[in-house]
Amino acid sequence: MSLLSIEDLEITYTTQGGDVPAVRGVDMKIERGQVVGLAGESGCGKSTIAQAILRLLPPTTKVTGQILLDGNDILTMNPGGLRAVRWGEASIVFQGAMQTLNPVRRVGQQIEEAILIHHQAGEQEATVRVGDLLEQVGLPARRARDYPHELSGGQKQRVMIAMALACSPNLVIADEPTTALDVMVQAQVLALLKELQRELGLAMLFITHDLSVLVEVCDRIDVMYAGKIVEEGPSKQVFKDPSHPYTRALAAAFPEIGDSRFRMAPSGLPGDPPDPQAVPSGCPFHPRCPLVFEDCPKIVPELYEAGPDRHAACLLVEGARTEAGR
Amino acid sequence: MSTDPQMQTTVAEEKSAPLLEIDNVRVSFAGRLGLGAGLVGKHATEARAVDGVTLSLHSGEVLALAGESGCGKTTIARTVMGLERPKSGEIRFKGTPLGRNLRSYRRKVQMVFQDPTGALNPRQTIYESLAEGLRIHNVPGHEEKLVAQALSRAGMRPPESFFLRYPHELSGGQRQRVVIAGALVLEPEVIVADEPVSNLDASVRGEILQLLLKLRNELGLAILIVTHDLGLAWTVADRVAVMYLGRIVEIGPAEEVLTAPLHPYTRALLDVVPEAEGTDRPILEGEPPDPTRIPEGCRFHPRCPVLSTGRAAELGVADACTGTDLGLEELRPVHFSACHVASKEHGRKAPPPPGL
Repeated sequence: MSLLSIEDLEITYTTQGGDVPAVRGVDMKIERGQVVGLAGESGCGKSTIAQAILRLLPPTTKVTGQILLDGNDILTMNPGGLRAVRWGEASIVFQGAMQTLNPVRRVGQQIEEAILIHHQAGEQEATVRVGDLLEQVGLPARRARDYPHELSGGQKQRVMIAMALACSPNLVIADEPTTALDVMVQAQVLALLKELQRELGLAMLFITHDLSVLVEVCDRIDVMYAGKIVEEGPSKQVFKDPSHPYTRALAAAFPEIGDSRFRMAPSGLPGDPPDPQAVPSGCPFHPRCPLVFEDCPKIVPELYEAGPDRHAACLLVEGARTEAGR
Repeated sequence: MSTDPQMQTTVAEEKSAPLLEIDNVRVSFAGRLGLGAGLVGKHATEARAVDGVTLSLHSGEVLALAGESGCGKTTIARTVMGLERPKSGEIRFKGTPLGRNLRSYRRKVQMVFQDPTGALNPRQTIYESLAEGLRIHNVPGHEEKLVAQALSRAGMRPPESFFLRYPHELSGGQRQRVVIAGALVLEPEVIVADEPVSNLDASVRGEILQLLLKLRNELGLAILIVTHDLGLAWTVADRVAVMYLGRIVEIGPAEEVLTAPLHPYTRALLDVVPEAEGTDRPILEGEPPDPTRIPEGCRFHPRCPVLSTGRAAELGVADACTGTDLGLEELRPVHFSACHVASKEHGRKAPPPPGL
């Protein structure tokens, strides 16, 4: 059984301006100890999925489908069960470490709180555990007495990671964990996450638009566009040899230095990511696709097989045309 | 390498008179000091954000200024725009020092900011935003025509359809195009772009960068791009300057700086660019350095891997690294670096063939 199994997930936000379908049918699996990357641009639904896994979405949001975490159905869970899952089974590291910490409490207390609420230890034991956790993420244990403003951005993100590990979860969701950080600090935090993942055998869902970061840390990558997964497969293959034209464009946005193809040739896509309230017909990518042909606006592509253990939702993927024609 | 046309133009331009010169500019900010400390006569520490930078930009050239946050790259951009006053040194445009002539200067040197949403007045239509610059500078000519021309140069076509739109009706990429059009409407000769694409979606970035390159090619604009992203520099820049703690530590043709760097800091920056093969690469320890406490000697020495692994000692320059501050030295043609070790290595033997 997979640690996380998402089936036919559809998420619609209800707003004053009408319904906004953010996720439109997503299947996804994460095995124990596996690192899966979820790539895509703003508005593609990737963070919505992250929040749905811990049921952090506003109560008015319509969620259908199934999210099984270790066999338990998250979407139908009662509040008590949910409390046990959050932090205990799965935890999340958000993008803005600066905003997520309480500015008027010592960081050690904030980590301790998570441990105490889950009755994982007594007060004294919890204090010791906080010290251990901080050392695990590369901070001296005495920094537990610091307030968030006394820490740098990278150190705050380390505290957030320590907090995410506080109750020994099986799954850590990292939602753009390095986006707001400086290049050098980003590399340090990525190295730390990789090391912890290996050491603790964690499963991770790693979310960012930066494919070059994902290829470094992930076993597999899922690429999302307009609320659907458009390509998935082993990370190196997806990055180096994308099957979907959108993945190709996304990969080209992070060029390899020294590659003469990119020298003086920035590549991008015309247009903008689609408005979730007005998703184009057929393949939602067709208005921006450099390889568009007459069938694209008519047929909604499914995830077709694009090689061993790989799938892509593009009519140009081999065999897709015949399959779609049936 | 020498057959590369891109590089030849850079070398050729080096000889012509530069359009914009930054001459030994220093900018510092007063540190914060508590009231009590002030009363007992303590002085606030000064943050030397830019600590002696010399740089020139030629027409038709794209220069990328790279470095970690806090290295002073944005302060340079702001000083070039006249938004910060240098403590010493000067900025010259076509040989004339920047002083009381700010208004005419700003017509010729325009800035594109990082966040297009913040750069546009949300209550002004696109037309008003662009026309405002024309009115401030009393630009003669048909206002509507000039606005339309700038919008269409920035790739907003047909321009008239955007006149009455408000910024919130546009996407992020379109807003950045409007900001660029706002700069173009005054027909500048230099554009200073501070992280022009880092707030945009990945798939949209390429188009904006293509636009900047197109403007350089068609209008001969000189562009100074401030960025932390060396991959971006690879795709658009003729020359790259790498800054560390208020100084340029390496500058040269983009191909050389990015593929055969001379300074260990440039190498460290290149090492942390994520890539498929790089799993266990060296990462500099520590946080971005603090401009209120600039180390003695080479300012990079406390984090320098060449010094800590003993390579500098082998070459007999370890004392110089920790004790002697140094400036840029030309170690390869038009490729400068401020590193004792690199100078020693390149002074002793002929420069190695660039690895391309």
